[in-house]
Amino acid sequence: MLKKRIIPCLDVRNGKVTKGVNFLGNKDIADPVELAKLYSDCGADELVFYDITASAEGRAIFTDILRKTASKVFIPLTVGGGIRTLEDFDRVLKCGADKVSVNSGAIADKTLIRKAAEKYGSQCVVISADVRREDGGFKVTGRGGRDSTGLEAREWLRYCVSEGAGEVVLNSMDADGVKGGFDIEMLDYCCSGLDVPVIASGGAGKTEDFVELFKALPWVDAGLAASVFHYKEIAIPELKRILDQNGIPIRL
Amino acid sequence: MIAIVDYGVGNLFSLESSLKALSYEVGTVREPGSLREASGIILPGVGAFGDAAKKLESSGMREELLSQAKAGKPILGICLGMQLLLERSLEFGIHDGLGLIKGEVVPIAGRIPAGFKIPHIGWNELSFKPHPLFADIRPGDNVYFVHSYHAESCPDVIATTDYGATLTAAVGRDNVMGCQFHPEKSGEVGLKILSAFCKMC
Repeated sequence: MLKKRIIPCLDVRNGKVTKGVNFLGNKDIADPVELAKLYSDCGADELVFYDITASAEGRAIFTDILRKTASKVFIPLTVGGGIRTLEDFDRVLKCGADKVSVNSGAIADKTLIRKAAEKYGSQCVVISADVRREDGGFKVTGRGGRDSTGLEAREWLRYCVSEGAGEVVLNSMDADGVKGGFDIEMLDYCCSGLDVPVIASGGAGKTEDFVELFKALPWVDAGLAASVFHYKEIAIPELKRILDQNGIPIRL
Repeated sequence: MIAIVDYGVGNLFSLESSLKALSYEVGTVREPGSLREASGIILPGVGAFGDAAKKLESSGMREELLSQAKAGKPILGICLGMQLLLERSLEFGIHDGLGLIKGEVVPIAGRIPAGFKIPHIGWNELSFKPHPLFADIRPGDNVYFVHSYHAESCPDVIATTDYGATLTAAVGRDNVMGCQFHPEKSGEVGLKILSAFCKMC
């Protein structure tokens, strides 16, 4: 039976892992290569590396970290942040990424997903959307929540999947950093019925939030979180044991 | 030296790193002639079967792989590399594989019940027959899959996985073996499988 995945996300800036509350006030906390190895050893099913630097210099540091991680950590690695062109795909895939996550880049260039899926295969292309409640609906934001795009999230994700995205990450901007649980309502509205894997992101504060996520929405494939893992508020081995006790299929 | 066949299909970084982490001497090989010096051969691959089969042919790798297989050298195909070991694939038309393993590669769509997503992506359990590849792992250990096609009509299945239906997870006949999953992405369990292959080389 296919297992639900637990995915720590590492936001990397200037060679360090950071995580802010509601995307503000980032604070450096750890060496990403060490943290990745630690997560892999304690049972993480996959890792997401998110490059939040903008400079060319930061990019070079990031790919170096990615390369070091991929030579030590043998679980799937997804990379996102600043992916705007096929050259960006190429750059991170060559350094050991297995999947590439696009967000603002796919909004700016509506053909990016199709081009990438044709070149690298759908299994390699992940659409990640930062979504918040706006005007009584669920809208996609750009540039980490700084821009309103006006795009309706449910339609946008369906478009991306039809263009060849092989996986969807829905990050609730309303739940992010608040630690009040995953945004079940938003996930259900935006992602139910999609025929590709769905990864829930934003809002995890305690172990029970993951149990609730997989019980409420059995079609969700994975739960992603950052700070609760980095600050050891949730230990992955214990989380997986509790999921297992609750009848959620998990890799122990 | 373990040779990883580089015929322009897929990213070899993780595979090469995993073998280095196991302290095996490993090299990516573009010249078919270099396969002769290797003690074992790994055939990787992602993407479409037809393109990959063409690239194997045009690079001269096909002929050399067949000759090395006949000579008894251990060969391990991974993911698309495993599928290429079979006789043919029905992915976007009918394409010939290497024919080292009997059987054909067919879409998993239609084989699995409604509600199961395609591709089959993620960690799933292995059920396996006794085989040297699996000497160091336990039944029920999980490995990482990413695929939309699998092998059927194959008498040489050595492992399966359950995704609403029984899917082929590994094949093996004498010195020729293949994994549908990615051992280089399957954590400790995957490293044990790769290590078991390297010990045969």
